[in-house]
Amino acid sequence: MPNGIWVVIEQVKGEIRKVSLELVSKGKEFAAAKGEPLTAVILGKGIAGLADTVASYGADKVIIVEDDKLEDYTTGAYTSVLNKVIKAGDPNAVLLGNTAIGKDLAPRLAQRLGVGLASDVTGAEVDDANYLKFSRPVYAGKAYASVVLTDKPVLATVRPNTYAVAEPDASKKAEVSTETADIDAADIKAIVKEVIIAASSRPELVEANIIISGGRAMKGPENFKILEDCADVIGAAVGASRAAVDSGWIEQKFQVGQTGKVVSPTLYIACGISGAIQHLAGMGTSKVIVAINKDADANIFNVADYGIVGDLFDVVPLLTEEFKKMV
Amino acid sequence: MNFNLTEDHNMIRDMVRSFAETELAPGIEERDEEEHFGIEFWPKAAELGLAGVTFPEEYNGIGADYISYAITVEELSRVDPSFGVTISAHSSLGANPINMFGTPAQKEKYLSKLASGEHMGAFGLTESNAGTDASGTKTTAVKNADGDYVVNGSKVFITNGYYADTYVITAQMDKEKGNKGIAAFILEKGTPGFSFGKKEKKMGIRSSATYELVFEDVVIPKENLLAEEGQGFKVAMQTLDYGRIGIASQALGIAQGAFENALKYSQERIQFGQPISNFQVTQFKLADMAMKIDAARLLVYRAAFVASEHKVPVSYYAAAAKCIASEVANEVAREAVQIYGGYGYTREYPVERFLRDAKITEIYEGTSEVQRMVVSSKVLKDGPVL
Amino acid sequence: MGNIVVAIKQVFDTEAVIAISGGKISDQGVKLVVNPFDEFAIEEALKIKEAGGADEVTIVSVGGEKAPEAIRTALAMGADKGIHVDISSLGVIDEFVAAEYLAKAIATVPYDLVLAGRIAIDDGSSQVAVRAAEVLGIPSVSSILKLDIAGSTATVSREIDGGTETIEIPIPALFTAQKGLNEPRLPSMMGIMKAKKKDLTVLTPADLGVDATAKSNVLEYSLPPARAAGKKLTGEAADTAAELAKLLREEAKVI
Repeated sequence: MPNGIWVVIEQVKGEIRKVSLELVSKGKEFAAAKGEPLTAVILGKGIAGLADTVASYGADKVIIVEDDKLEDYTTGAYTSVLNKVIKAGDPNAVLLGNTAIGKDLAPRLAQRLGVGLASDVTGAEVDDANYLKFSRPVYAGKAYASVVLTDKPVLATVRPNTYAVAEPDASKKAEVSTETADIDAADIKAIVKEVIIAASSRPELVEANIIISGGRAMKGPENFKILEDCADVIGAAVGASRAAVDSGWIEQKFQVGQTGKVVSPTLYIACGISGAIQHLAGMGTSKVIVAINKDADANIFNVADYGIVGDLFDVVPLLTEEFKKMV
Repeated sequence: MNFNLTEDHNMIRDMVRSFAETELAPGIEERDEEEHFGIEFWPKAAELGLAGVTFPEEYNGIGADYISYAITVEELSRVDPSFGVTISAHSSLGANPINMFGTPAQKEKYLSKLASGEHMGAFGLTESNAGTDASGTKTTAVKNADGDYVVNGSKVFITNGYYADTYVITAQMDKEKGNKGIAAFILEKGTPGFSFGKKEKKMGIRSSATYELVFEDVVIPKENLLAEEGQGFKVAMQTLDYGRIGIASQALGIAQGAFENALKYSQERIQFGQPISNFQVTQFKLADMAMKIDAARLLVYRAAFVASEHKVPVSYYAAAAKCIASEVANEVAREAVQIYGGYGYTREYPVERFLRDAKITEIYEGTSEVQRMVVSSKVLKDGPVL
Repeated sequence: MGNIVVAIKQVFDTEAVIAISGGKISDQGVKLVVNPFDEFAIEEALKIKEAGGADEVTIVSVGGEKAPEAIRTALAMGADKGIHVDISSLGVIDEFVAAEYLAKAIATVPYDLVLAGRIAIDDGSSQVAVRAAEVLGIPSVSSILKLDIAGSTATVSREIDGGTETIEIPIPALFTAQKGLNEPRLPSMMGIMKAKKKDLTVLTPADLGVDATAKSNVLEYSLPPARAAGKKLTGEAADTAAELAKLLREEAKVI
């Protein structure tokens, strides 16, 4: 009996991350191509109700593991539980989101299982010899590697926004099983003391569909208000180049680029960003790139689908007004 | 023969380049525009050891060779030629005469603070009527009843003036003897009668400090006589011999900085539907710039090598390196502006600043004409250089 | 606390232009540097030591023949000694194998804390350090922004999506450093001069007795398709803004 593809669902306080639904949607296609089931694995506390949700996006089976010790994510406890359920369930592939949790969990889990891991995957296809074949950026997207893994299960963390979320169908039901956590004592070492989620009405940078970013030409921290005003009209996240972050105008967590976040939104609007190779490495896979820059020779125009040669302080507020008329 | 730099040299280059790019590059246009001396960068530079590269460890120096020093000044000047000359004037002119000619007590008192960067140094030789011709020195030193020296006169164009804590100055003690009547002294800032005259408004290196020094009955204690009475000219000439390695390195950095900007720009600037680097006229400009810089660099590093070896006098090697490197800096900076075209002439882009900064390297610490005098006297005396 | 081990990797400079030659990423003319995220790890170790929290900082790097340059840079910053696991005889290794070597090399010295960068900017896989912690059997926390150690407990703040979380964890443990943890120092001139006198041990694969084979294979490398420059709008700001908004809605269909 083939044991198909598993997706590890990431949930925060009972809310499923978008990337997990992207993986259920795409994973279902892969599983169907293989003639195998798609299984969603959900760890946490008070999460049984999420089974119907993942079923509506295409999961054939759902494995629920509930435990007080799984309420907050910790590397040890999650690795312990997943290692056991994966060994018992013997899937052919396990997919996770390349999120803060996915990046922390997957390598540890891979080593415990004694298998390979394809990280930060931006493309995958079914492969006869190796089950799945992955495409992943190296050198922050300046090149791509085509990667296969030799052992089962095939493990991958997939970059958010790589795949679309399917239309949910509430009539779809999944076969739900519940496992006990049975966490090894040796794996319970970390205690989560505090979780601070920054209050923001804007989407998380790596998951955002639209990002509007500012660079050196922003001239100071106060001017990011111009970008925020625009972002709030179109539901965008605000990002920044390294120059702006290193000048202390905006927090580091907003940095896009080789030494910051790597993003792949539908629309990326670069304002006053010259387009250094390190920045392009962080946003080069965006579907549509817009550049607004005073310097007609700025490198960013070489990758932009649409460019405006002009002062961002003139253009962006006017653009915001235009967007207001539309949405 | 080995043209490879050591791992230490490469690490020093990386370190100084990082310092220059992260600390000096931001705000460089404003500092140039406002003639603001970058004193705020001094403590960090000192902490990194940039103030005492070639000086002995026993006096808080680093004990590195002159190539390390050349690389340091080159990398600073690649980004900020004004800060490059600040370090060069401090090290080569302010501290090195004390290192070369000072007594152990003078080194302990002054060099140890200069090499650590706790103090900044400067050098006062040039006067309004004594430029290339040092024998025209009008500043006088007269021995008083205590055996101390009373100095009167003034010095002009003094790099690091006002900001430096310690000044090595020259003064005439016996006009009859001409150059052989000159003595050199270590003078502390704050000594009564020692003040600063006007700050020069300059064409280039505008964020370096250039001041007039004024001496009105300044009493310099006898223990601050450097070398002996009558040896001041020798102190100055030998100081300049080594100092020229610093200016040659500054010129090299200017050429490199201008070239890198022009190279990048030529690949980005689109005319007739393609980057201008596709046109042979630009390619040949870039080739000439690259070759000239390469030639200059070999001369500068060779002079530094000779200075480290201490086997033969450095004067010819330093003069040749300084003369060629300073001329290359001017040629390369001029071509860089040309590659930028109209934009290159504006202050939006850095190449016009490099061009303005380059000019002084053909003038200070011996004009190109003085360097040719040094070179020609060598070849006329010893025959062709091999 | 006694010894801190910092795992570092030598990588291409972020300015490097990537070219593929003979199916491999070409290192021709590429400047090699300490992985920028590893610099945060080195800095944190040095800060702990300077504050009296550790006796010695050991640098470990699994890499080819040029890796000692990166180790020397860390020694010039102030680390005490280095261990180079020279894998130039092994050819291409994957994260699974690298982690085995790294863990074995770390285990050759006593340690209370292991630090590394959260990601290496070359392969970008964010795996080896965490895998090594698993091999060593010590807990790990990724992407930390703050580290405090009191007795045998570390309190770390780590970056999570949309915020931070604070975790208490016993040491020995491994932490990977995120930008923001500290401001890495430059090696000083004196540090550079002293670095070459510091102890740098070279270990061969045979010395470590690792028995591991790669679990992943790179089939090929490719360059991303070049993005063609698109429409450049010039003119009055109001006109270009209106035109752009219209294009984004009607042509690109992204608004």
